[in-house]
Amino acid sequence: MFKQKNYLALGAVVFVAVVLLSLPTRATARLKLAVGSWFLPLFGLANAGQQLPADLADSVLPRRELLHQIDSLRRENQQLREQQIQAVAIARENDQLRNLLGWQKQAPWKLKPANVVMRDPANWWRTIQIDLGSRDGIQTNQPVLTAEGLAGRISSVGFVSSQVVLIGDPNCRVSALVENATHDIGVLVASGPLDTSLVELSYLASGANLKPGQNVLTSGLGGIFPKGIPIGKIVDAQAIEYGLATEARVKLNANLGALEQVWVLFK
Amino acid sequence: MNLFKPALILSFAFLAVFGEATLFAPRSLLGAQIDLLPALMIYAALNADIVTLSLLAVFGGIWFDSLSANPLGVTILPLVVAGFPVYWQRDLILRGLPFAQLVLGAAASALVPLLTVLLLLNSGKSPLIGWGSLWQWLVMTAGGAVATPVIFALFEWFSHTLGYQPRTEMSFRSDREIHRGRK
Repeated sequence: MFKQKNYLALGAVVFVAVVLLSLPTRATARLKLAVGSWFLPLFGLANAGQQLPADLADSVLPRRELLHQIDSLRRENQQLREQQIQAVAIARENDQLRNLLGWQKQAPWKLKPANVVMRDPANWWRTIQIDLGSRDGIQTNQPVLTAEGLAGRISSVGFVSSQVVLIGDPNCRVSALVENATHDIGVLVASGPLDTSLVELSYLASGANLKPGQNVLTSGLGGIFPKGIPIGKIVDAQAIEYGLATEARVKLNANLGALEQVWVLFK
Repeated sequence: MNLFKPALILSFAFLAVFGEATLFAPRSLLGAQIDLLPALMIYAALNADIVTLSLLAVFGGIWFDSLSANPLGVTILPLVVAGFPVYWQRDLILRGLPFAQLVLGAAASALVPLLTVLLLLNSGKSPLIGWGSLWQWLVMTAGGAVATPVIFALFEWFSHTLGYQPRTEMSFRSDREIHRGRK
């Protein structure tokens, strides 16, 4: 049953596993990115395959439908321009007021769009990979957003792709502020493994005045996420640790289960 | 040495890992992603040699971990635990029976995630686990169980279609030819 060849094979496999597991974190990260890049041609093929039906559908769209879409886009563009003019005026006024008060000027956000190319195949992590890497100026710990709100942060960067750890993963903790009279501050921590839309807001003060529907934003503490990025809304809250602290459930604005495009924030 | 089967198994493992990372449907429908590597280990343990089985454990584990937040190499050992004992006992297993394949696939698919999480916890990592993980574990076990006979049938078809067929022995042998009639 146990031939020498079997022992050798078993020993070799165990040796490889032990060597890989005992490598320094930096070397492991590089090795992971190198091995992960083997899949890039397949990602390209898969994207092209997904794009093909959309291109075909576009080519057969009737002229009337296209004209209708152009018309509605023009109207939307006009509205957005008006809003932009207002926003520029408000920003100028804000800068003037900050100057009068001697406050530090707030740097405008620069966003770079990225496509989600894959999700973590393991069920016990909540990470995605995006198609921006160090060649696009991406660095670790940059915040990642969607149009609805915060999604996560960059956890590791390769040359052409990066890994994003999403809110709700044990490795992504976010200092969050509740938009209420007392501006209660807590930390978003890992939630259950099944529902990606709910996370827990912990370390809240015992007298926190939380009500369902209150907005939750980034607090700006911790140095990674700028202040004021929308995260979600309070669902419910309960006292824990014999009433010494409060814990709340937060429904995320971003649909993390169906991410296709995200924005990387450059400070 | 015929490299067709090892190449086929490793290619399938590569595509399986890629599929697990890009196909979101199982996760959104069932709440968990189904892992095909344990089922593939069972196929390799029952039908391939020890070198192919070892290569599958090493490369399958590395590929999976490289696309995941797992530490690199952590999936190799659970795959070894799922595949090697089956290889050692394969002469006693009715490998042609779909029921046997289903049971072995279920056992391997249940064992691999369990051992991986135990290894992660043991190495100081904090994976996302809770009561919902039980459901995910059941989905992975059932999915892997169902996938195993399918993988067996698929590889059988591939081997039959693309692989070398064994040379059939003809009944005619020139040294045993009986010459009738007078010389």
